[in-house]
Amino acid sequence: MIRIRSDLPLDRDQLNRFLPWLIAFMVFLSVLAVAGMLVLHATASKWDRGVRGTMTVQIVPSNDNYRDEARLNDVLTILATSPEILRYDVLDNNELVRLLEPWIGAVAGSGELPLPKLIDVELRSTAMLSADALGERLTERVGGVSIDDHRVWLDRLVRLIETFEALAFLVLLFIILATVGTIIFTTRTGLAVHREAIEVLHLIGAHDLYIARQFARRALGLGLAGGIVGLFLAVPTIWALAHLAQTLDDRLLPNIQFGVLHWVIMAALPIVVSVVAMLTAKVTVMRSLERML
Amino acid sequence: MHIENLINEEPIVRFDNVGLRYGLGSEVLKDVTFALQTGSFHFLLGESGAGKSSLLKLIYLALRPSRGLISLFGNDIATTARGQLPALRRSVGVVFQEYRLLNHLSAFDNVALPLRVAGVKRSEVEKHVGELLTWVGLRDHMRARPPTLSGGQQQRVAIARAVISRPRLLLADEPTGNVDDTMAFRLVHLFEELNRLGTTIIIATHNHQLVERLGHGSLHLVKGRLSVTPGRVAIKHDMTSETSVSKPIKNLHNAGREPENEMSKPVLNTQKKLK
Repeated sequence: MIRIRSDLPLDRDQLNRFLPWLIAFMVFLSVLAVAGMLVLHATASKWDRGVRGTMTVQIVPSNDNYRDEARLNDVLTILATSPEILRYDVLDNNELVRLLEPWIGAVAGSGELPLPKLIDVELRSTAMLSADALGERLTERVGGVSIDDHRVWLDRLVRLIETFEALAFLVLLFIILATVGTIIFTTRTGLAVHREAIEVLHLIGAHDLYIARQFARRALGLGLAGGIVGLFLAVPTIWALAHLAQTLDDRLLPNIQFGVLHWVIMAALPIVVSVVAMLTAKVTVMRSLERML
Repeated sequence: MHIENLINEEPIVRFDNVGLRYGLGSEVLKDVTFALQTGSFHFLLGESGAGKSSLLKLIYLALRPSRGLISLFGNDIATTARGQLPALRRSVGVVFQEYRLLNHLSAFDNVALPLRVAGVKRSEVEKHVGELLTWVGLRDHMRARPPTLSGGQQQRVAIARAVISRPRLLLADEPTGNVDDTMAFRLVHLFEELNRLGTTIIIATHNHQLVERLGHGSLHLVKGRLSVTPGRVAIKHDMTSETSVSKPIKNLHNAGREPENEMSKPVLNTQKKLK
């Protein structure tokens, strides 16, 4: 792919021709893994932020509409006098019907089904009010009230996402390990193939480091070449995936935009992989040469 | 620096009861003891398989002895740290038996290697390598790769590579092996000229005619055992007294050098060409 003047004919090694493509593939996979990690992380924190500090108060309906109104008013009075609460909204019936319709069908709007009253509560960001505490405060005065702070649901979701994140990280780790392994293998082969030339360099007075640099420079060059190809393959792939995701219901997936930082992280991957390749080659050569005279 | 100081007191190469065996085989070299003074010129003689190449390899640090003591420029090889070996090797120029040129590099790059390895500036490298290649008559073949050169031309590249960094000690393994007698004498004259400039020379050969005509000292290897015949420059064989013969040559050796930038100067500044 590229040529650098070298005291060893590393250019002509079969393995070195195949190495950039392997690194391209590795970088392609690692960019996808990192992109996945970033998306999942952003999703989790977005959901977390969206739901944290909110609660839903539910007033279970009785048969007596008049009493239900009174209970609602009691609850609203308590909420209004609670200093921790920033805002509360009663979901009107039409909206409730709209939310329920996809699940239970037209019966939701028929008026035959008793519908609970739902109040969306938002706490002040500094408030330390738990759902249990608010629930106690309410049930002391009003019966048939329940409170949900979405914690259980959210915790499970976040745990799931974190598992996926860990998995993506593991994939990244394996990719790096596989790259390191491949570089060690190709470098050792290179050392064996060029043993004669290396011995001549030694006898002429070359330090191990001088010889190791030849290999390291080569690995860096091949790594960068392969890495850039891998990146150029990965970016359109991510773009296409993002495009596909956008056509889905946006309520299901939060709309994730990659920020500059995300692109910088992904663009840095070929460099990281090349540097890993370079250091691996250097260490491998230094270790092998130590055994020579 | 350390080496520089020691060089005047110590023989340039000293072997003390050196034995060498490959693996578990019998000894290729047995009880080899000698010391060579700075500025001396020696032929290393012996039948094929007598151990000439092995002896040279011990001197240019391609092999370690199985027993005995070797000291090079006053440094005991056994106790010298591995990191110090390149510095010693840079002071030893070697014309290998099969030349061992790097075939993927041009003649120019082959000759430049010892300087590049020593970290000499690019401009210096260009200048000295160009001069030396012109001097050995390869001006028009600088960019040629060794496989496209004739045997004689390859040999000159090999010699140029061996002397480019002004080594204190020059070893040549059968340099006259593949050339006719005229060429052989011409080569030896080149080595003599280097010797006059202060380089200590050891040439392995089995061309006895050459040795007899020139009358330099010689080291004879017979079945791994060494006997020494002093020549023009005495060899300190008993290692008890300093021979006085080598003194003037030592002075010449030092006079021919500048302490600074030593590595970057080619030893040959003569305009004479080797055809």
